[in-house]
Amino acid sequence: MSVQVWTWILVGITFSLYFGIAIWARAGSTKEFYVAGGGVSPLANGMATAADWMSAASFISMAGLISFMGYDGSVFLMGWTGGYVLLALLLAPYLRKFGKFTVPDFIGDRYYSNTARTVAVICALIVSFTYVAGQMRGVGIVFSQFLQVPINLGVTIGMFVVLVFAFLGGMKGITYTQVAQYCVLIFAFMVPAIFISIQMTGNPIPQIGMGGKVEGGAFLLDKLDALHTQLGFNEYTSGTKSTWDVFAITLALMVGTAGLPHVIVRFFTVPKVKDARKSAGLALLFIAILYTTAPAIAVFARTNLIETVNNKEYSEIPEWFKNWENTGLIAWADKNNDGKIQYVNGSAVAGKKPIYTDARGEHGQRSISNANDSNNELYVDRDIMVLANPEIANLPNWVIALVAAGGLAAALSTAAGLLLVISTSISHDLIKKQIKPDISEKGELLAARIAIFVAIIIAGLFGIYPPGFVAAVVALAFGLAAASFFPAIILGIFDKRMNNYGAVAGMIVGITLMLFYMIRYKTGLIGVMDPRPASEWWFGTSPEGFGTIAMIVNVIVSVVVSRMTPAPPQHVQEIVEHIRIPSDAGEATHH
Amino acid sequence: MTDKQKHATAYWKENLKYLIILLSIWFLVSYGAGILFKDALNNVRLGGFKLGFWFAQQGSIYVFVILIFVYVRLMNKLDKKYGFDE
Repeated sequence: MSVQVWTWILVGITFSLYFGIAIWARAGSTKEFYVAGGGVSPLANGMATAADWMSAASFISMAGLISFMGYDGSVFLMGWTGGYVLLALLLAPYLRKFGKFTVPDFIGDRYYSNTARTVAVICALIVSFTYVAGQMRGVGIVFSQFLQVPINLGVTIGMFVVLVFAFLGGMKGITYTQVAQYCVLIFAFMVPAIFISIQMTGNPIPQIGMGGKVEGGAFLLDKLDALHTQLGFNEYTSGTKSTWDVFAITLALMVGTAGLPHVIVRFFTVPKVKDARKSAGLALLFIAILYTTAPAIAVFARTNLIETVNNKEYSEIPEWFKNWENTGLIAWADKNNDGKIQYVNGSAVAGKKPIYTDARGEHGQRSISNANDSNNELYVDRDIMVLANPEIANLPNWVIALVAAGGLAAALSTAAGLLLVISTSISHDLIKKQIKPDISEKGELLAARIAIFVAIIIAGLFGIYPPGFVAAVVALAFGLAAASFFPAIILGIFDKRMNNYGAVAGMIVGITLMLFYMIRYKTGLIGVMDPRPASEWWFGTSPEGFGTIAMIVNVIVSVVVSRMTPAPPQHVQEIVEHIRIPSDAGEATHH
Repeated sequence: MTDKQKHATAYWKENLKYLIILLSIWFLVSYGAGILFKDALNNVRLGGFKLGFWFAQQGSIYVFVILIFVYVRLMNKLDKKYGFDE
């Protein structure tokens, strides 16, 4: 059977599964809608957290990014796992003990102020929308590559699917769908990795195969380092970023992970404080399976890519190369007219992406109009490495199709979690807590469902008109979370003297600074300003790593302002005492 | 101060002590071995891996998982010791 038939079958089966779960797990109360009734077992919560967490970026883009970044890619690996240590040790147990529905709930009560709550809601919305944009795009990419559906139609199908299980089941539906999605995505990620590991190193465990020997007896990593040096790249295991920037990005990603509302809220769904700690550990274990495999895939894919294409005649190149060329994610310009592909260090095109003309070159390749005069003739989009890897390695069709189903599971599960945070922020934190406190349970549930519907439409638009690279956009969401929530929550637990003035000032300064830096050095303002060059970065810190600085500024502002203003009232100090000990956790409640 | 408050204070102190120890290890394996001392550690080999590179892309993650489970154990014991378990 062809890849396409296999893909339809596997996507069909997994989607029916998600629909089935959605219908089974309909939510009847706000408590079920917001925190799945508070009765999710640590194991299920661990899997759901892992699926919630591992996004289209983790599944589709990360191994590809690492593949091109080598050592520098470590920032994602450490950054997106180390945050769970912070989460487990510094946040999850205390927030569970506090026992409300949302992060703004905590901020609003701990800082006894609706201003603080509102600032938290705005931060949650900015972070979640930045993040969800990447997910919907991921859905579109998978659909278009594997099912030959236009990207925009793919995004629309994805929106519809998320809508069904998020709308019906709220957190309850999402949690149990995510458990299923975790199983699908981890299976889909591991199968090709194991195949390729055996193929290249003879060892079925990719984590070990990565350090194993290839045919001829050399170590794989040494061989890759040698290939890199030969083609003018930096050694794969060395990287090019400055030590400070690697440090800053890793820290921003870790702290951002621990500050992401859609991750934190998962720990409100377990019954006890003890369960919150345990499920954080299980979540990281489930995540680590993918995160320790990804760097192995990166090494395999990188080696395979170089060996398959470099100095090979275009006319003898395998079919996958031409398929991806047709979708615009690979380009080749025969600059020296030898009919062979030369792949060396440097950008092959002027600007970021190839601009295709309608014409075909003499070997049948798609002509591009913006080839530059560097010696590198090949452009490869980083996002395709995981998707193309099984094809490059010549794996069976069902494995290739499996990757598509896994990519969809990863993108949909994360999108659903984020959309829930967005809708909860509106129906619970804004409407119930501020605008209309006397709203009925039914009314609030309806408001939540309307909010999720609107949020999906907006997220879909983001997916159709994407603001850039999937992984790059997601990375910035972490900077925003690091710069806003993390300090406010940590200080709220560990610093009894922290008051509303300090926390609000800190959050506002932190997120404003981060947004300013992001716009100035990364995204630019369309029609007004292009991003400024890297040579002007503050202390040589990239926009991805700037969350670290914005977070430090937030902490300093919070502490200084709080010490110059009155201490928080007695009942708030008692809240802090109360959340520090685990007994009498009670259930997640309204009041 | 009631007994419960005394217990709570003592419990919190021990909790902070655990946090400092565990977070120091967290910092050492990632920021230490994986970033700051990576170049020095890369002179040592672990099979086909350079050690600094291994910590950055594999080792630190394994240690993170272990750290959380150690924390879970320590805290479960601590809860029992002070009667805060449920």
